[in-house]
Amino acid sequence: MPIRTVMKANEAAAWAAKLAKPKVIAAFPITPSTLIPEKISEFVANGELDAEFIKVESEHSAISACVGASAAGVRTFTATASQGLALMHEVLFIAAGMRLPIVIAVGNRSLSAPINIWNDWQDSISQRDTGWMQFYAENNQEALDLILIAFKVAEDERVLLPAMIGFDAFILTHTVEPVEIPDQEVVDEFLGEYEPNHAYLDPARPITQGTLAFPAHYMEARYTVWEANENAKKVIDEVFAEFEKRFGRKYQKIEEYRTDDAEIVFVTMGSLAGTVKEYVDHLRKKGIKAGAAKLTVYRPFPTEEVRELAKKAKVIALLEKNVTFSVGGALFQDFSRALVNQEEKPILVDFIIGLGGRDVTFKNLDEVLEISKKALSGEEFDEVNWIGLRKEIL
Amino acid sequence: MAESPFKADIERVKREYSEKMTPGAVARIPGSSVVNKTGSWRVFMPEFNRDKCVRCYLCYIYCPEPAIYLDEENYPVFDYDYCKGCGICANECPTDAIVMVRETK
Amino acid sequence: MAVRKPPITTREYWAPGHAACAGCGCATALKLATKAFSEAMEEKYGDPNAFAIAQATGCMEVVSAVFPYTAWKVPWIHVAFENAAAAASGVEAAWKKLGRRGKILAIGGDGGTADIGMQALSGMLERRHNVVYLMYDNEAYMNTGIQRSSSTPYGAWTTTSPPGKYSIGEDKPKKWVALIAAAHQVPYVATASIGNPFDFVRKMKRAAKVDGPAFVQVHCTCPTGWKSPLEKGVEIARLAIETGIWPLFEIENGDFFNIKIQAPGGGAKVKREGGRVVAIEFKKPIEEYLKLQGRFKHLFKRPEAIDEMREQIKAMWKVLGVDVTLPKPGE
Repeated sequence: MPIRTVMKANEAAAWAAKLAKPKVIAAFPITPSTLIPEKISEFVANGELDAEFIKVESEHSAISACVGASAAGVRTFTATASQGLALMHEVLFIAAGMRLPIVIAVGNRSLSAPINIWNDWQDSISQRDTGWMQFYAENNQEALDLILIAFKVAEDERVLLPAMIGFDAFILTHTVEPVEIPDQEVVDEFLGEYEPNHAYLDPARPITQGTLAFPAHYMEARYTVWEANENAKKVIDEVFAEFEKRFGRKYQKIEEYRTDDAEIVFVTMGSLAGTVKEYVDHLRKKGIKAGAAKLTVYRPFPTEEVRELAKKAKVIALLEKNVTFSVGGALFQDFSRALVNQEEKPILVDFIIGLGGRDVTFKNLDEVLEISKKALSGEEFDEVNWIGLRKEIL
Repeated sequence: MAESPFKADIERVKREYSEKMTPGAVARIPGSSVVNKTGSWRVFMPEFNRDKCVRCYLCYIYCPEPAIYLDEENYPVFDYDYCKGCGICANECPTDAIVMVRETK
Repeated sequence: MAVRKPPITTREYWAPGHAACAGCGCATALKLATKAFSEAMEEKYGDPNAFAIAQATGCMEVVSAVFPYTAWKVPWIHVAFENAAAAASGVEAAWKKLGRRGKILAIGGDGGTADIGMQALSGMLERRHNVVYLMYDNEAYMNTGIQRSSSTPYGAWTTTSPPGKYSIGEDKPKKWVALIAAAHQVPYVATASIGNPFDFVRKMKRAAKVDGPAFVQVHCTCPTGWKSPLEKGVEIARLAIETGIWPLFEIENGDFFNIKIQAPGGGAKVKREGGRVVAIEFKKPIEEYLKLQGRFKHLFKRPEAIDEMREQIKAMWKVLGVDVTLPKPGE
């Protein structure tokens, strides 16, 4: 029987790792993710998890050790955030290029400078071109479930890509919520054993992993990472369906909320989706045709689902806790690309919000609504808007 | 004449060689570099005088390629497919059984 | 005439057709290292193939693993420049979980070890992984075109330590990674050289057989980067030992006091006290080593720099607990 309990997202991630039974874990402490390696250390110390836990001297070595272990053919897991993920950056490309299905739990946190330990998505969003799949959890249950789902998708022969699961610093990592821990036997059946045919470092069948490719071969190697990302779109749907069948919780790449007759749709990710859905309810009560949508899967980018969503809205307001300087948010860029060649498309308005742990309030969302309304009525509006700025100290 | 210890590799790579991209750009055939005949780099070639050889194995030990293997009687055999002509074998040979001569081709 | 058996296994793990420069000393080192490893694994586990390699970016990586080819006949992985030791840690942990017997060989050049890979190396040693780290030391970043590393010796020309009006070439003493490794109190640390292959093979076997981490720093000639004659690669490496430039030693469990120092040859007189080497009187001047290499050519117009080099060498030997005398030419 699944156990219903309460825990922080960090604990949920550690539980997910325990249930997935990785053989090697390598991790380094960093706020707000530190509780994950702490909890895993306990599991290993108590004999509840039979894994090698390598207490590395940096995140660069954490991911490098995971690459080594995964290349030797075992399931591997790590957790990090912020500067730690940034330090891994170089090796993230390598893990994807070597097609190693490593899973990272990311406690989404801002990047320096100035140093700040609180929530936004600049850390994982800035890894969006590494070839890794990216999932974002709205709550602690999703953090647990998406880690299991990520292992299953990542290890699929058609995919063989690493994956990171983002959940918001403190808002989720340190906040206790009800979580259902699935049965070990059901998880075992769901995940199966990882037995790769492309990476094993086995003396009985020596192969060379991590080669150099000249211009005659490099593009094809990178193209296979593109292809794997494309394949992952279908595999993710299959795995979501299987997960629902086994565990009873439904996941979609884009989860829509009251979008059917909506004129303005607020799109976001992570825990902010909860606030936004509440805000939509609040607007609906006032007769405003608003809806919400949340991306559970950010990479591979759910282009088809975005196009379907776009058909339902006149204005899409993108609420994002990240920024590309001089351009706008990543979602704004990705939505623009998904829709640019569509005949009919909604107006996109971008909102940079909640950076470095700044609370997102209904008052902030009112501001988002006002600008979105301007766009809806054909008035002039700014494409990229920083919401909740304390202009008085600028 | 003894066989190259890489004969099986040469045959396998001929049989199985493929440019087809593998997941992770893995090179699947061990020792497949043997298809690259680096002997073409050579300017000077080692000439071996068996009569002078005392089978000290130094040339065999030092050759960086390796382009020297041993025959049934443990005399060195020079594999000109791969020898780049560095001349370390000749320089280290204690009995001058190896001398470097200009490549004639 | 009785014929001795070959002094090393004829099994091959490093195939020809790789793209190392003619006369590459590092290629010789890797060939011998894998043979030594194979012998050690056979003796320890009855399986000569019970090892895998994790290698840093560098000359020996780019020449050996060009898709779709590979010179390697052993499971081999390359991840990046600074993380061979970390990747090897992961492989070792996975092998443990898979119940595979054997040992992991991590390989890096001096740049990938002494500089950018220093932290990962320290972590691997400190965590006591069952890994041998082999540093092939050709004393500069050769793969990128001969830039100085912290392992470049005093006085050497490199493209980033050019001699000039205000420069004698590299102006810092060589950093000895083996001593740093030994400070981790790991079971086995050694220096070696392709100038003494039998000593190198013995040390690699020892390193492979100990339980836990080991570190071997092997001096390898780079004719391209040292501007030295191709055929003199081994001779130059041997001269480094015989003139006192390159010490051969072993340190077990960080026990510096009981360091084992190998006699350098070349006529040097070794003085021992209670089995311990306390003094060496070298007979060959370091100029014999320097003059064969274009990278030191400029020093012959700056004899004071060569004298400074002698002082640094003496200081380095002092750290090893040995008083050395180094002759000047003609002495």
